[in-house]
This record gives sequence, structure tokens and C-alpha cells, in this order.
Amino acid sequence: MENVSTSALTPDTGHRSGRRRFAHAGIVLLVIGLFGFLYAAFAPSHSAATSSDPAIEQGRQLYLQGCSSCHGLNGEGGVTAPSLIGVGAAAADFQMSAGFMPLRNHTAEAERHEPAYDDTEIEQISAYIGSLGPGPAIPTNLDYQSAPLAFGGQLFRTNCAQCHNFAGSGGALTYGKSAPSLSSASPKEIYEAMLTGPENMPVFGDQQITPAQKLAIVNYVRTIKTSPNPGGAGLGRIGPVSETAVAWLVGIGVCVVITMWIGSKV
Amino acid sequence: MSSTTTDTPGTGGSSGADENVPAGEKATRATLKYVDDHFGSAGFLKRSMDKVFPDHWSFMLGEIALYSFVILLLTGVYLTLFFHASQHEVIYNGSYAPLRGVPMTDAYASTLHISFDVRGGLLMRQIHHWAALIFTTSIVVHMFRVFFTGAFRKPRTINWHIGVILMILAILEGFAGYSLPDDLLSGTGLRIAYSVAESIPVVGTYVCYFLFGGNYPGQDIIPRLFIIHVLLVPGILLALIGAHMMILWHQKHTDFPGPGKTENNVIGSKFYPTFFLKTNGFLFMVFGVIAALGAFATINPVWLYGPYSPGQVSAGSQPDWYILFLEGSLRMMPNWETHIFHHTISWNILIPGVIIPGLMFNLMALYPNIEAWATKDKGYHNLLDRPRDVPVRTALGVMSLTFYMILVIGGANDILATTFHWSLQAVTWVLRVLLIVAPPIAFKLTKRFCLGLQHHDEALLHHGVETGIIRRLPHGEYIEIEAELPPEKAEVLAKQIGYVGHSNGHAAITAGTNGHGSNGHATNGNGSGPKGGRLKRPVGLAETARARMEHFLTEEREPVPDAHAADHADEETPVH
Repeated sequence: MENVSTSALTPDTGHRSGRRRFAHAGIVLLVIGLFGFLYAAFAPSHSAATSSDPAIEQGRQLYLQGCSSCHGLNGEGGVTAPSLIGVGAAAADFQMSAGFMPLRNHTAEAERHEPAYDDTEIEQISAYIGSLGPGPAIPTNLDYQSAPLAFGGQLFRTNCAQCHNFAGSGGALTYGKSAPSLSSASPKEIYEAMLTGPENMPVFGDQQITPAQKLAIVNYVRTIKTSPNPGGAGLGRIGPVSETAVAWLVGIGVCVVITMWIGSKV
Repeated sequence: MSSTTTDTPGTGGSSGADENVPAGEKATRATLKYVDDHFGSAGFLKRSMDKVFPDHWSFMLGEIALYSFVILLLTGVYLTLFFHASQHEVIYNGSYAPLRGVPMTDAYASTLHISFDVRGGLLMRQIHHWAALIFTTSIVVHMFRVFFTGAFRKPRTINWHIGVILMILAILEGFAGYSLPDDLLSGTGLRIAYSVAESIPVVGTYVCYFLFGGNYPGQDIIPRLFIIHVLLVPGILLALIGAHMMILWHQKHTDFPGPGKTENNVIGSKFYPTFFLKTNGFLFMVFGVIAALGAFATINPVWLYGPYSPGQVSAGSQPDWYILFLEGSLRMMPNWETHIFHHTISWNILIPGVIIPGLMFNLMALYPNIEAWATKDKGYHNLLDRPRDVPVRTALGVMSLTFYMILVIGGANDILATTFHWSLQAVTWVLRVLLIVAPPIAFKLTKRFCLGLQHHDEALLHHGVETGIIRRLPHGEYIEIEAELPPEKAEVLAKQIGYVGHSNGHAAITAGTNGHGSNGHATNGNGSGPKGGRLKRPVGLAETARARMEHFLTEEREPVPDAHAADHADEETPVH
């Protein structure tokens, strides 16, 4: 476009008539005008959002106060924070209700803490972020208890256990990052995490793991998390390392103390 | 060791023939008489019952291993009644809901069955597994005692070798048992074992195919491990434990130096009744500790791991503790590989998985022979060393333990990283550096520590105990009064330090301040018997190496600082 206009304005480019020159300029103006019109028609409009849904407007206000300093005034992202356009309401709902966002410190990964917003506020902010662009919506059907349990276990061991450990106790990733424990994750959070792939977690879209399969995984995780350990203390459910500590500190420790007691002269 | 005679002081009450015998004892006597009439066993029994065992608590550590082995046998028999060593696929239909309907091997299904549907099954499984951990830990603790006190020296070197074999067998036995349930965790461990065997150049692939009957996982490994676990290795363990204890019985137990103790006697309690009662009580207490662990602490929750599937793996997959050092060496090893003639040599597995453990176990087994060869020590040793009196050996032991400990910690690097919010890479790199740097530091520190303790002993002998009483001398100087050690304590200390090696024993200590600089020769860790001078002219390479080794192993006893000694000689005389 710039090329066109410069050539039109340069006097010695050729021997063109003044009329043609004007015609060129007219086309240029028309094209510019068309772009402007198209932009106005398709660009996200705040005024449009304001008028349609008060919850979204509420969310926008909260967003501007609490989130925009990093994520930008229109959710476009910044140097330290990703763009939120198109992440969907589910991602926002997950991050805030699990307490990862708002971020407390710039560490290797977000740390979980008490949610900063109440449920209504989270709903409003999520609705606003959902309105920024198409993305996964907050799941509504969470009737996981009727989903097949053992099948969920198989899916969990195939897709989740390599990072979150066999019992969802969490595990190490690279450079200080980790797959967190699922002990305090609510059914909705587990579902949303699969749907949106927070931090280093991959997205398990509905084409990879269907909603029904997701519910089965949720059922498995919630079941093993809420069921007691049939064998006594669970020792953190992290496998043989805690057993090692108990064997050395308690098992052989007590045995050696007994040895000293028996072996002491009376 | 027929030269060792058993003095029998200690408990004096030997059973005489009394007239008024209680009914219970009458019955016992009748039974014993019946047995004696048939076997002529009275003489043997009498000798055995009068056998004297020295009293020191650390001499009973090995019994923890013995008794946990007994518990392993008992609980293991119960488990075999319900376990199916088969890799045939079944659909689980038992009472653990989260796995119902899942296809799995019969081995895993029967382990679930034991855990949830057999009366007392889970308790038995957990006692069995905890007993296995206590068995292996107690073996290690027992070995600490034997190593650091020099109990492995002649004539007990062969028993040390048997002990090392027992330890290796215990590890193998544990690993085989841990693999039997065919759960996701143990299957991952077996996969690693397969790869370690595969990494051996030339023969690796053949060894794997031979062991597993084909490619991993196949159908054969669980039945094979079952026979190894319940018949082959326990049989060898039983035989070797028998040999280990018969040799102990025959050679008699070592003891620390002390009043009246020499290389040729054993002072302590008779086997019956004192030691017999102690050791039986001990059996029940060890059983109690292990049973309590089995009742109150979950171990190996196979139902959470899920059935083995080659396509799955869990974060934080670790083996039981006795394999953890191998896991650690594998995790810490840089990823080195060489490609020659279209073959890959996987140094990244060969070194940490085969070479390092091979070196560790061989050095451990041969240490007594190396030490005896280097120091030309051919004497019989029935009196133990105190760790401080053999600083280099003690330091070598601590150095090896440090190396081992870092390997063990390395096996849990991801658990450390998540627990303490550290970077996994940082943990691994710190441990890599420590693996090389920490053992020499541990050696140096331990040696220094031992020398310091020696110093303290010598100071006690030469200066006595500090009383805390300050006296002012006529010319104004203040001194602290030092009380002499009680003579029996001084004698024990002198023996422990090793002065008794000399014929003039105690005299050497009191001889004065200039004497003990030259005492190093007598105290270089082998209190008894004269040894060849260590500066003999070396002949040939082997002899040079031996002489250098001896020089390294033999640490001169450091003299007490002269200033103190001078004090002692001149000015403190009026105080005494």
C-alpha cells in the first residue's frame, strides 16, 4: 500500500495524466477506508460487550483492576504474561479457582494458594476472558460418579501417572517445575486442567480424551484420593522412598535401640 | 581356631544335682534323659549350653538379620499358598473396585486377591515386605560393626566372604520378591534390570533372552523369579546362614579389649541361661517391631500401582532401598554412548549398572585380604580394634559409605526435588559433584577425627582426668589438678590403644614423654604379634605396591604435644 502511494506521488515516475493520478489516489483512499470499516466491524468492541452482559462488564472491571497490569488492558498479554485471547473461560476459571492466579511470585512455576476471588468474581472474570475469543468453556456436566472407575484408572495410568505419579501425589519436572499433587484438586479443576493444559501440562482436547473419558479419570482420581489406605499409614503414597526412610529410621532404629537395651549390663 | 580356649568366669551358678527338684524341672530332666539315651547328646548339649558369649550390644546386631529371616520364611510360606506365579492374562473380578474388569496377569490378580480377599493376607504381605527391608538393613548395620572393629581379620576372613555373599543374595532375593506381583512399579524395575543386562557388550542380548525367555516382558520371567525367590536363593541363604553361624560357633565370638581379656579367652555370659534368654526375648521383640510396621504402615500398595503394562510408567518410580544405590548411579550417569562397527556400547548403563556395583562388591569382599596382604598381617585376632585406633581403615569405611549414601540419595533425586522445591537438574548436578568430592573429604575428616580421639585417650593416660579444681602455686601460677585414671580403667585404655602388644606393656606408657613417639610401630592397628618392619627394602613391582599400600594403611600414632608433656614431667609432680 505504501508502495502504491509513493509511486503515485512521485512526479518523475512516468508520463501519466493528472486524472489517472487522481484515480489512483481514489483507489488508495477507498482501500484504506475499506480496511478501517472492516476493522471497525470485526475488532472486539468493548462497548458491544458492555451492552450484552452485565457479568462480563463486571468481569472486565475486575480484570482491569487485578489482571491487566500483566495481561494487558485487553487481554493481549505482556512481557511477563501470556495473551488471554482465545484461552477460554475454562482456563481462567481453573487458574483462579485453584489459586494459581493471580500469581504471587515469579518462580519456576505458579504456586497454588487460597483463591484471591470468590466464586462470583471468578465467574465474572472468566466470562469476560471467555468473551475475548473462542476457547473451551467451563464444563457444566460434572456427573463423574457414574463414570466407569476402572477404565478411568487405565486412562490415568496411561496419560497422567508419568508426571503426577501413580496415586496423583505429584512428581518432578525439569528445572524446578513439577506436576502438582492432585490431593486438593476438585473434580471441576481436574476436568479443566485436562481441557486447558495449564503450565507444562499438555492439552487433552475432547478429540483425544472424550468428555466421558475425562469424567472417568476424574472419578478415578477422586476415588483413590478419598479412599483410606487399607494397609495403615499411607506414607505419602510416593512409593519406596518413604518406605526406605521408615525402614531405616523407625524399623532398624527401634531394633538397634532394643539391641542396646538387651545388651546393656544389668 | 582350636588354640582359643574358653575360660568360663561370668555367671557362676552351674546346675548341680539338688534333692528337692520342682515337678517342672523333673519333667525337663526326664525328656533330656530320653533324648540322651537315644542320641548320646548330653555332652554336646553341656558344651553348647556352657558356651560363653561376650557381652556387648553391638554383637547382637546380626541377630536382627537372623530373626527377620525367620519371619520372612514364616510369612513367605503363607503367601505361597495363595500366590499364582503366572503371566496368563485374566480379568480381575475381586473386591477392589478401582481395578475390577481390568485385564492383568494372574500374578498381579492373585496379589490383589491376597491383599483384599484372603484373611490376614494384606497383613502377611506387609509383614513379609517390612521384614525384607529390616533383613537387608540389619545385614548392613551388622557389617558396619564387623568392618569398623576389624572383626573380619584372620581367622574370620572366610566368614566375612560368606557374609558378603549373603548380603548380595539378600539383595537378589529382595529384588526377585519385589518383582513377583507384576505391578506397574516392579515391572518398571524389571525393565531396567533387563536393560542393564542388555548393556553388557557382546553377551548382553543373549543373557537377556536367556533370562527372560525372549523379549521383554514375555511370559516366563515371573514363574522363573518365583522359583528363584522361594526355592533357589532361600535354599542357598539357609545353607550359608548355617555355615556363617557354625563358623562363628566354632571360632567363638570376638570381643573388645578389656580387663582380663586376651587373644585366647572369651569372657561373657554362658549360652544357657543368660544368652539363651536374651536372644529369645530379642527374637520376639524384632518380630514385634516388624509386625507393628506391617500393621500400621502401608508398604508396596500394588493396587495403586496398577498392573504392569509396557506403555505406562509412573513418576517417582523407585526400587526398594537396597537397589536404590543402583537407581541412583543410573540417574546420575551422563548420557555417554559409543558406536563402533554398527554396535552401540551404552556406557550410560554399563558403567553405573554393571561396573560400579561390580567394583563395590568386589572391593568389599576382598578388603580383608587386601589389608592382610599389605600389612603382612598373618596373626590371629580375637580381640577387636576400636575404630579410632585404626584411623585409615575407619576413614576408608566412612569414605565408601559416603559414596554409597550419595548414590542412594541420587536414586531419590526427583522426590527430593518435589519435596523441597528444588530444581531436578540442580539436585542431579550437585550430587554428581558430591559423588566425586565428598568421599575424599569424608576420608580426611574421619582420619582427623580418629587421630583426635587417640589424642584424647593418650591425654587421659598421661595427664589423667581434669578435676575442675584450680590450685594456686606459691609463685602465683594457677594450675588445674588432674586426677589419675583408676588403675583398672587405665589398664583397659592402654589395651585399647594397643600398648599391650609389647611385652613390657604398661611400662611403655609410663616410660615417659619421649617414649611414645616411637610407639607407632606397635600400634598400627594390629595389636598382637610382631610384624615385619614396614620399611623392608621393596623388591619388584608387587612388593613396591604392597609397601606403598602398607604405608597408606598404617597411620602413626601422634605423640601428645610436648608442652603438656613437659608440664607433666616437671611442675605437676607435687600434685600427684
